Amino acid sequence: MPFFVQLAHHFLPETILAVGVIVLILIGAWRGERGFGLVDEMAVGILGLALVTIALSSTPGASIFDGAYVDDGFSRFMKALTLIGAIVSILLSVDWLQRNGLEKFEYPVLIILSTLGMLLLISADNLIALYLGLELMSLALYVMAAFARDDGKSSEAGLKYFVLGALSSGMMLYGASLLYGFAGTISFSGIAAVVSTSAPIGVIFGLVFVLAALAFKMSAAPFHMWTPDVYQGAPTPVTAFFASAAKMAAVAITLRIVFTAFPGVKDQWRQIVIFVSIASMLLGSFAAIGQENIKRLMAYSSIGHMGFALIGLAAADEAGVRGVAIYLTIYLIMTLGTFAAILAMRVQGIYVENVADLAGLSRTNGWMAFFLAMLMFSLAGVPPLAGFFAKYYVLLAAVDAGLFSLAVIGVLASAVAAYYYLRVVKVMYFDEPAPAFDRAPMAVRAVLAISSLALLGFWVYPTPIMDAAAAAAKSLF
Amino acid sequence: MFGFGILSGVTFLPLVGVAFLLTQKGDDDASLRNIRWATLATTLTTFALSLFIWSGFDQTSAAFQFVEQKNWLGSGLVYKMGVDGFSMPFVLLTTFLMPFAILASWDSVQKRVKEYMIAFLVLETLMIGVFCALDLVLFYLFFEGGLIPMFLIIGIWGGKRRVYASFKFFLYTLVGSLLMLVAILAMYGKAGTTDITVLLNTDFPKEMQTWLWLAFFASFAVKMPMWPVHTWLPDAHVEAPTAGSVILAAILLKMGGYGFIRFSLPMFPDASTHFASLIYALSVIAIVYTSLVALVQEDIKKLIAYSSVAHMGYVTMGLFTLNAQGMQGAIFQMISHGFVSGALFLCVGVIYDRMHTREIAAYGGLVNRMPVYAFVFMLFTMANVGLPGTTGFIGEFLSLAGTFQVNSWVALIATSGVIFSAAYALYLYRRVIFGVLDKASLMNIADLTPREIAIFAPLVLITIYYGLQPQAILNATQASVDNLIQTHTALIDAVKLAAAGQ
Repeated sequence: MPFFVQLAHHFLPETILAVGVIVLILIGAWRGERGFGLVDEMAVGILGLALVTIALSSTPGASIFDGAYVDDGFSRFMKALTLIGAIVSILLSVDWLQRNGLEKFEYPVLIILSTLGMLLLISADNLIALYLGLELMSLALYVMAAFARDDGKSSEAGLKYFVLGALSSGMMLYGASLLYGFAGTISFSGIAAVVSTSAPIGVIFGLVFVLAALAFKMSAAPFHMWTPDVYQGAPTPVTAFFASAAKMAAVAITLRIVFTAFPGVKDQWRQIVIFVSIASMLLGSFAAIGQENIKRLMAYSSIGHMGFALIGLAAADEAGVRGVAIYLTIYLIMTLGTFAAILAMRVQGIYVENVADLAGLSRTNGWMAFFLAMLMFSLAGVPPLAGFFAKYYVLLAAVDAGLFSLAVIGVLASAVAAYYYLRVVKVMYFDEPAPAFDRAPMAVRAVLAISSLALLGFWVYPTPIMDAAAAAAKSLF
Repeated sequence: MFGFGILSGVTFLPLVGVAFLLTQKGDDDASLRNIRWATLATTLTTFALSLFIWSGFDQTSAAFQFVEQKNWLGSGLVYKMGVDGFSMPFVLLTTFLMPFAILASWDSVQKRVKEYMIAFLVLETLMIGVFCALDLVLFYLFFEGGLIPMFLIIGIWGGKRRVYASFKFFLYTLVGSLLMLVAILAMYGKAGTTDITVLLNTDFPKEMQTWLWLAFFASFAVKMPMWPVHTWLPDAHVEAPTAGSVILAAILLKMGGYGFIRFSLPMFPDASTHFASLIYALSVIAIVYTSLVALVQEDIKKLIAYSSVAHMGYVTMGLFTLNAQGMQGAIFQMISHGFVSGALFLCVGVIYDRMHTREIAAYGGLVNRMPVYAFVFMLFTMANVGLPGTTGFIGEFLSLAGTFQVNSWVALIATSGVIFSAAYALYLYRRVIFGVLDKASLMNIADLTPREIAIFAPLVLITIYYGLQPQAILNATQASVDNLIQTHTALIDAVKLAAAGQ
């Protein structure tokens, strides 16, 4: 296939982002601080364009760039989720940045760079591409965590994230070098051929290191330590981006590497996944109970949700991958909606982020309280909200694969987690009102309303998401 | 319409009312009146529609009727609704009691009226859905979904310790239900579908049945509630507003019993036989222990809540006898308890609205000022005790008769519960209604208003009517009960035969 045909058919979204980000940097450099509005709108346009090209792409999947890169149904599905996360994060951020005097054109540029890294990561088909994507994503994220550079907490979050992220990169490189050393190849399918029956001990070591690094990126216990501090310290719209788009990419590459490079040693990585899953669910459930800061609460909640999503991976079959894909889709909606609500928490011009600040919201702002309550019930997995179906499909795969104890631990952990989600509802509905919030900007209100109603009405017409997830899972096998 | 049938209609009709309520804005008297009347009209229409379904219901058949089915969610999940002799009475009970719940909140709920009515209408949809669903996942959806409105009803409009009570209610029920969810998934894995009609004919291996039964038991025992997982109920009842208590006692508790009839007994026959003695033991403890606990309560609602637990003991006991009397009695007892306990909570609501206390000690001598109330309260107290001529008697008598055939010791101990229930109920009645009217606060208490009489009159009539004419309800469930017992006996015999053959 000629190079340009490859670009046009299988690398178009990435090309759009790469070219777009260069243009945006030039515009920013030319117009300086005044360029923020224009760059911001163009960034949404570029990401939207990439999303449209993915939605419209009808070419069959293919492996390109000498097997470094794969474009298939699974990667398209995950890229679409990632791009949605990125677009919504930008939309949510505008007002926040302006009110905090941070309307710098670098912000949308960094988001696009990071998103480009995510797309590369999702489609990576060898270890080099994997590392490239991972670093492009992470380096931009480190800077974004510290974007409010005059704020001590934000700088601290950036530094923490960077130091621990560098550690995980080191683990990734070490694992990758072990894999290359013992398998003699960097391509996933090549590794799969080497370890099709039995794996040399070095490959297993490499696998463990790589999985540890990826668990770090998706903030699964026991590699979650950075999550609460970074979530709390980073600017809220940046946290929304971490919690939505970045997770999609990290989980996607985890699925890809275990299924394409290590199908032969399923039993080995399954143990790791089951352990990580249980640890994340329990930690996410119990550690969140005492949290007063809602961003920190959401950090632990996200750890728990990643553990739940990994139940599907532990099932290690097509149904499991479908479950994970559905889970991530619904989790994306829930996360974006919740962060929109957090961004709407502003009292007399000052952003607040404690659960207690939501007190009596049902009386000061009935609709916002209702939407956030629906998000909380959905996060808790109470039917008929979408969060229940997310859990249903991963549990279904796990039970089918005979992982009964994992499923039971999962549901019990989610019952514990229900407590802290209910506490948010309780504060909003049962407590006496705190000072009312200022009127939130249009974009924030729209994201909150749309995501909440989507979760509430999911059961009416779930077919498109179910079909897309099933097709995505199918292409991975 | 759109391929949906009348059962979907009756299930989702309350949501139409919700849509109307959402258009109502403002807190003035006129819009509050609109909201109340619209809600009442919705519940009455729903009741009328369910009566229409009842008129077309064939009592002689044990098959599912008015079945409707649509593909939904892909991969094995279907939207399937239908009723049989087990579910039809509960649908009617639900739609019948909802207007009373709304009327009981007419004056007593003054804050956030719109949200209150919406919560009740959503709850009604979910409750009817539980009884109509013919797909396990759909059932689970309705079953669990009901937690949200009830959580809000207790938490927003409840009493002093409402937060504690609402959390306890939600989390207790959630843990039980989640275990049931895992069992549902396992059943799906085995049968490849969650269609209840298919699952009823699926033969689950014995080992598996045990686990499935236990998982379902975890959910239904909490919902029922059975001793020792009943402790959420007194708290929830005491803190819930009057209408919330009525619905909780009259309908939500019945979901546990309905679950046993619909799933545990027919789908896991071996396990049900195996665990019957466990159920008997827990039921007898519930009957005797909670009756004794009821005897020492200081709070009227709490006393009635404990008496509910005791009465549910008869239900579980009767169901697992697996003979016609026992099962019929248990189902009748559930329906009867729906009327009687609902009415008793309404009675408490009447004096609570006037005095704003539920302390038994705060009352006494009410008969002097409230003769009509005294009569109504007396009638329902007697029905609760199981006086012949009221519905309470039929249910208790039949379930005890059924139990006696299976295990006379269990029946003997359970019968003592009848005496205890007379003791606590009459003791309560004496302390509240009789005695000297010497408390200054009670001197000006007024008798029932016309609205309250309108609420109680139908309940009084129906309690006596079905007490004298139990056949009307028994006939409806007869065919389904016989069918279940026959299938069950055949299955157990087949297992015995196989065991003997080896």
